[in-house]
Amino acid sequence: MRPRLAVLALLLGAAGLLLSAGAPPCFAQIDINIQTATGPMESHIGNFTGHSEPGKAYYRRYCIGCHGPIGDGNGENAQWFDPNFGFAKPRDFTLATYKCRSTPTGTLPTDEDLYDAITRGFVTTNMPQWRPLTEQQRADLVAFIKTFSVKWTSQKVGTPINVPPEPAANIESILRGREMFQKMQCWKCHGPEGHGDGPSAPTLTDSKDNPIRPYNFAVGSRFKCGETNQDLYRIFMTGLDGTPMPSFADVIQPGDAWDLVHFLRTLQPLETPEAKAWKEWIVTHGKELKPIGAEEAPGGGK
Amino acid sequence: MLKHCFKSGRTTELGLLLRVVARIFAVAWALLALAPAAQALPGGKVLAIPAFARKYGLPCSACHTAWPELNNFGQVFRDNGYQLMNDRDSPIWQNPAYFPITIRITPNWHLEETTNQQLDATPGAACTSGVNCVSRTVQANGFDLSGMDFWNTGTLFKNISFSVLPSSDPTATFHFENAFVRFDNMAHTSWLNFRFGRFELDNLISEKRFLFLSNNGGLYQTYHFVPAGDSNDFGIGDNQLGIELAGHSANSYTRYSIAVVSSNEGSVNLGAGAPSLPNVNSGHTYDVSLAFSQAFSAGSQGYERIGAYAYVGFRPTYALTSQGTPIFGEGQGNEPFYRAGFAGDLFFLNSKLELLPYYLHGYDNVYLGISEPSTMPLSAYPQCAAPAVCRAPTWNGGFLEAHYYYSPQFVFIARYELIRMAQQAISTNPGNQSNIDAYSVGYRWYPIMFSRAGLAFHGEFSTTKNIGIIPLSLDGVGLPPLAANGKVWSSSAFVGFDFAF
Repeated sequence: MRPRLAVLALLLGAAGLLLSAGAPPCFAQIDINIQTATGPMESHIGNFTGHSEPGKAYYRRYCIGCHGPIGDGNGENAQWFDPNFGFAKPRDFTLATYKCRSTPTGTLPTDEDLYDAITRGFVTTNMPQWRPLTEQQRADLVAFIKTFSVKWTSQKVGTPINVPPEPAANIESILRGREMFQKMQCWKCHGPEGHGDGPSAPTLTDSKDNPIRPYNFAVGSRFKCGETNQDLYRIFMTGLDGTPMPSFADVIQPGDAWDLVHFLRTLQPLETPEAKAWKEWIVTHGKELKPIGAEEAPGGGK
Repeated sequence: MLKHCFKSGRTTELGLLLRVVARIFAVAWALLALAPAAQALPGGKVLAIPAFARKYGLPCSACHTAWPELNNFGQVFRDNGYQLMNDRDSPIWQNPAYFPITIRITPNWHLEETTNQQLDATPGAACTSGVNCVSRTVQANGFDLSGMDFWNTGTLFKNISFSVLPSSDPTATFHFENAFVRFDNMAHTSWLNFRFGRFELDNLISEKRFLFLSNNGGLYQTYHFVPAGDSNDFGIGDNQLGIELAGHSANSYTRYSIAVVSSNEGSVNLGAGAPSLPNVNSGHTYDVSLAFSQAFSAGSQGYERIGAYAYVGFRPTYALTSQGTPIFGEGQGNEPFYRAGFAGDLFFLNSKLELLPYYLHGYDNVYLGISEPSTMPLSAYPQCAAPAVCRAPTWNGGFLEAHYYYSPQFVFIARYELIRMAQQAISTNPGNQSNIDAYSVGYRWYPIMFSRAGLAFHGEFSTTKNIGIIPLSLDGVGLPPLAANGKVWSSSAFVGFDFAF
């Protein structure tokens, strides 16, 4: 080895040793701070079996910045999500309370529910679609996320609700749905025209007392928990746990829920069969409509 | 100030190899000794804000295997026009103070050594026609700066993205590395995206985002290689000026790209941007680049991607002149060339091991190969006179690169690359002239990894063996050996702090 290089290496090494004296804990140790509430977990999604151990590595790579090392939704970046401006805080996995479920309100979601949420992401939030990860990687992530709460060891997962076949989306169903929208007071939060600006909207908070906004149908984006009519039906019947959106499973019949689905589709600026039927009908019957919310909120609605 | 050290001598290949190995250990020791120093960095939050991390709040590791290399999530993000597709991508959703800027630079110490250099035997007395010439090793080392990227990129509106990248050399002389606008998801489909400007070709293995920084390792030899005596300036790793139609599936497992670019190697002002090469800038022809790749899910391993590409272009063999001075952009006698091959991006060991194989076949028209105007028959040129025969040069090149991700914050890197001439432009040239073997090893350690800034401690050793040609390296210095089949080893040792702000 050339003496010049050896001297230089020695000097650099010595400088490094000197500088390292009293070095503070390094961010490189962020992985060892990941703390879970349970032992290893599994998930079962179709033919895939997810394992929490590889899921931990993926969690560290992709999720820890928002959801945090203990899964409580307090990652280093969470402070910048301001619910007052419509940016939802990251999910707190330690509570095991999830908005998007196929299971009844108050129950744990299925592994498929969590998998779908990771795959789909949450529109209008910083939670992206993780479709670029392989199915196995997403299944591993589901298994790891469950290790943050003991509920996954002490409670049973809910039984997915039944989604009956969708009836025809005709004008009769839409009009019944409109009546349901009025009767169930959906407009109080979502607004008479579905703009998310009902009289109760400014007062809404989630289960952690963060402000939360009702869905604005007028933007036409996909729903938090999917984009199909079946997804919308499921949202009525399961509710969005942790938010003011309740479950209507004990209040309305499946046919009523489908009517409501068909009406809500007419509030979106999308080319759907419901919107087409509605536009054709409104041309000749518009004047017959009673404004939504008029009885409870004089002057409001259309 | 760099201090040059001249060392005499021809060295046997074995001896040189032993010295290289000894040097690797020496450098590795120095790097390991330096590692604790990096731990002494402030552990608090850094206020620096890389452009996309600031916008979306994701850590570097979400989009990068190890930055700057993209993982598949980052690739999807890029393919979508720097959008997460969450209906919050338009800048209207950002705080007005937000500005999408990232700065990247690498203060470093490096050592460069090149063997078999043709020097003046007596300094100051020029070596001419073999007189007063000597072959020696040249070495320099010292502290230095890299160039700087000042990257502005993001969205102008939903589904309209842009990028402007003024990039400087270490003396702060700037050029536009890229500058384009892109219309994304046209007709509501991810299969139609249109880009206009100066951009990187859709290389499956990006040289702009790779993990090597040293002068000898910081470029893919295969991406820039042309045989000795060839006038073609094309490099498939270089950004080009033109338009691109590209598309991808929702998860970017399937991707395609078709680009039409000017035949001037990305030079601005229709070629006047490269005044040192006036004869290679054509204002008359266009090149075409095609790329396709398909990824397959491999469960916990991650995904495996394979792809194929082709680039077909023209380069002038002479220029119109006025008073003997070439007129920029008036290249004439355009002759064809092509590059074609395949590449892969393969993951193993639960995505911890990444292998990047690459193959390229190159062809240049014979007039490009001998750097002569195509206005005359080959027989008119003395170098093609019997017994020599002039032919289109062809070659094969490729590399295998490996990354081992010990964690998202520590990656070991290694690469072996080779280029072999299949056919020399002039048949009497040595068959192995222009052949290259290149080796690189190193590591990158990211002491911080979150959503506001990036810092990497980078250590690397790279060496190349070049037969009869000037070594291809980022510093652009070096000489051919005295003999056409003489070997030139060019080596770099590099340590530095690579940061993005």
